[in-house]
Amino acid sequence: MPVSLTNLSTILAQVSKYLIIILMVIYTVQCYTVFRYRTKQSQSYVFTRQNVSMFIIHFVAYLIMFLDQQNIQIAVFYVIQLAYLLLALLLLTHLYPKSSRLLVNNMLMLIAIGLIMITRLTYASAVRQFEMEAVGTVLALIIPVIVRKAMGLTKLTWFYVFVGLGLLALVLVAARSTYGAKLSLSIHGFTFQPSEFVKIIFVFAVAGLLSGKKDRKRIIIATALAAAHVLILVASTDLGSALIFFITYLVMLFAATRNPFLVLSGVVAGILAAVLAYFMFAHVRVRVQVWLDPFSDYAGTGYQVSQSLFSIAAGGWFGTGLGQGSPTAIPVVQQDFMFSAICEELGGIFAICLILVCLSCFIMFINIAMKLENRFYRLVALGLGSTYAVQCFLTVGGDMKMIPMTGVTLPLVSYGGSSALATIVTFSIVQGLYTMRRDEEDKDEEEKYGQYGSYGQYPDDGYGSYGQKKQNSRVDPGPGNQSEFGRK
Amino acid sequence: MEPEQEKGKRRNTEMIVISYVFIALFLSLAAYLIWFNIARRTGINKNVNNTKQEAVSSNVIRGSILTENGEQLAYSEVDYTGNETRIYPYGSLFAHVVGYASNGRSGLEASENSTLQKSSSSLLKQLKDTAKSEKRRGDNLIVSLNATLQQAAWNALGSYNGAVIVMEPDSGKILAMVSKPDFDPNSIPELWDSMVDEKNGGSALLNRATQGLYPPGSTFKILTTLAYLREHPEDYQNFSYNCTGYLQGDEITIQCYNGEVHGQENLEQAFAYSCNTAFASIGTGLDVSDFRKTAEQFLFNHSLPVDEIPYSQSEFSLNRDSTADEKMTTAFGQGDTLVTPLHMALITSTVANGGIMMKPYLVSAVQSFDGETVSTAKPEIYDQLMTVDESQTLTKYMQDVVTEGTGAGLSYENFSVAGKTGSAEYESNGTTGTHSWFTGFSNVDDPDIVVTVLAEDGGTGSSTAVPIAQQIFEAYYTYVK
Repeated sequence: MPVSLTNLSTILAQVSKYLIIILMVIYTVQCYTVFRYRTKQSQSYVFTRQNVSMFIIHFVAYLIMFLDQQNIQIAVFYVIQLAYLLLALLLLTHLYPKSSRLLVNNMLMLIAIGLIMITRLTYASAVRQFEMEAVGTVLALIIPVIVRKAMGLTKLTWFYVFVGLGLLALVLVAARSTYGAKLSLSIHGFTFQPSEFVKIIFVFAVAGLLSGKKDRKRIIIATALAAAHVLILVASTDLGSALIFFITYLVMLFAATRNPFLVLSGVVAGILAAVLAYFMFAHVRVRVQVWLDPFSDYAGTGYQVSQSLFSIAAGGWFGTGLGQGSPTAIPVVQQDFMFSAICEELGGIFAICLILVCLSCFIMFINIAMKLENRFYRLVALGLGSTYAVQCFLTVGGDMKMIPMTGVTLPLVSYGGSSALATIVTFSIVQGLYTMRRDEEDKDEEEKYGQYGSYGQYPDDGYGSYGQKKQNSRVDPGPGNQSEFGRK
Repeated sequence: MEPEQEKGKRRNTEMIVISYVFIALFLSLAAYLIWFNIARRTGINKNVNNTKQEAVSSNVIRGSILTENGEQLAYSEVDYTGNETRIYPYGSLFAHVVGYASNGRSGLEASENSTLQKSSSSLLKQLKDTAKSEKRRGDNLIVSLNATLQQAAWNALGSYNGAVIVMEPDSGKILAMVSKPDFDPNSIPELWDSMVDEKNGGSALLNRATQGLYPPGSTFKILTTLAYLREHPEDYQNFSYNCTGYLQGDEITIQCYNGEVHGQENLEQAFAYSCNTAFASIGTGLDVSDFRKTAEQFLFNHSLPVDEIPYSQSEFSLNRDSTADEKMTTAFGQGDTLVTPLHMALITSTVANGGIMMKPYLVSAVQSFDGETVSTAKPEIYDQLMTVDESQTLTKYMQDVVTEGTGAGLSYENFSVAGKTGSAEYESNGTTGTHSWFTGFSNVDDPDIVVTVLAEDGGTGSSTAVPIAQQIFEAYYTYVK
């Protein structure tokens, strides 16, 4: 009996799922072990191996999908993506040799995983997602320059406040309702979710408000403005974003004031607000009920979360193989339940690695924040890091029913043009801050590199023995490091 | 440089605090997913609403269901066009417990669906199947049921509607589970419409052994006696009652079955002769909340430690607001109490097993198509529900039932039996009748099996259920043991 292409793809999906998992595990482990290598050269070698893992996963996944669907479009789409990934990697690492290579790798890895899964779920969505990511990547090439040159960014506090609040208010008034929450604006057929971008503007606003004098008046103003953002989002019934803004503000407030009591009272206020929301809004009660027992109203409100759990359980540790499961049974799978789809087809081990890659991004954000001297930029990097982390936690936790579902996306992996674009912008702002800081360091040769972080296990890119006494003796930049060498 | 370094460190303290909080959150996500895959996965896969298996079924040939002796209870036949037909060689014999897999699913076919659909064959074998465009082979289920004993129980129940359960008290292993009326699972597609038709009662699909709720009648006196022992640990042997054949309540009159008069009796005799008036009088004296506590400890109003087959939850409704009459009738097993035969078998097993209730099970092992063992069931203790002393006292009383009381029909065997009969009167839709119960165990010193029989409208326990149990015990000692 001849082996048809469909059968071949089934075999391939079975074998390759283990290959994909192994590569993902290797990639993830390297995220955490790369800094144990002392020389920039050997680190660079590990980073390149990470890219190789990514390209193989990307290739194998698209090969399976191509054989399964036998659609030439998929092959073409793969080639375009491959060109994009190569170009993005090349440009980001060479135009900004002082940016964090790990963040570049992770960003591209998350984009690749997202594109694979969205293509598997809905081809047309993947194309739209890819377009937005291409636009985002162009921005990513420009933003670090803007961050470095435009020193006025630190002084536009009230501009940020008004733009942020204005956009959110606009959504509240004019937005069309999607899935019970007012999220998106549609202009000339181009739909976008302002709250994704306001997250960034909000972080800049709060950083501006809290980086100056820290008197009581200042803190009250900042808190009132943050509360205004959160309340507008609550009124738009976008509780997931409201929670992200709220926690981000508390984190930034704590970093700025170092006053645990302020944060504690914020947490208490948050809990009271949550209880109030429970009694005030029926849709909050429904979500809590679904969280407690999704199967009690299986056919109704509990359907989505029940299907999500079925997907995760069906996948187990190793997954069903790409295209072999049925994640589309979950309503809105590619936005809110992408993590469950990944669990089902790529498996629990892969999903755990994905969580750890996201964690690695967050650690890099914080690590960069700690190195920055300027209070404003420190708060910006920290704030962006916590919006990212909170968003990851809410969506992954909600998909697994560890916490109630809040309906936010997994940055870069879930389908959502605005979310993807905003996340790429977030990453590139942090890269810009980092590049700027390392330029300053290079100007001051006497600078001692060890003094900025006690984050021993997770030093930044490119610097060798971190946290040791002989900090001044920098690793000799080898021939593979010419661009940086040339900059001196 | 040193002071500045100190300052730098201090400046980052809050950053480090924040990052550790978030790292903990991320790691909790990973830990939760690991926990989910270890502890929750199987349960979610078996959830009745889970439709994932339907997608799988298209490329897997359903595994077989076999006994430990290798008899096939269910298997799939694939014709040359690839159509799968499910064959049940024993026809209606295992109808309820094994169930059916067309027009929906029931029994083990439903609860173990994900196992039967999953292929644990070696990856190489799976790949070969796929390459040859053959479907993968699902895992086989090895069940604890014994075909000989099942047949004996089925024959013994005869034309009665009702249920029989045979299980090992010390392991929880279920050896036979019969429910009548039954049906032929091979003909489900043709019979379906008439079977679910309300006019035909629609109840042949009900597994009476696990889902039928019946008044326990005098079999409940096992728990009433236990409650009395617990309330009178020192002086229960001084119990004395003069049975005059009836006892006047507030609005009802309690009578012993068939108008019998038992005269002066102690607790042991009252139990052996199944004296209703004596137990009604015990009922009025028992502390209601303690009585309820004992009943609920034995899982009335609670779920049973069973996950392989659907069952109904037994009911015990006595509470502080209950009238004296309700206390009296509940004590001898009438009242509003309802129990399933499976639950009664579990209570009896607990007495037989020195007070320890074992988790009942039907699946002994799971094997891949090529014969590798995937998993094996191990007997599991549910809980110690009574002391060894209590179980010995109850065993002695139950042995008296057989040697001199209502279970005397079992006294001439060459194995010892301890048990309790029941004649459960019921009223439904204006008609009244009496269900016949027996629940007991054999080889009293080292119990071999528990047999629980319920024959609907069978009259007294002695007349119908005891002879049925007798045939099953005899079959066990002739063919199985």
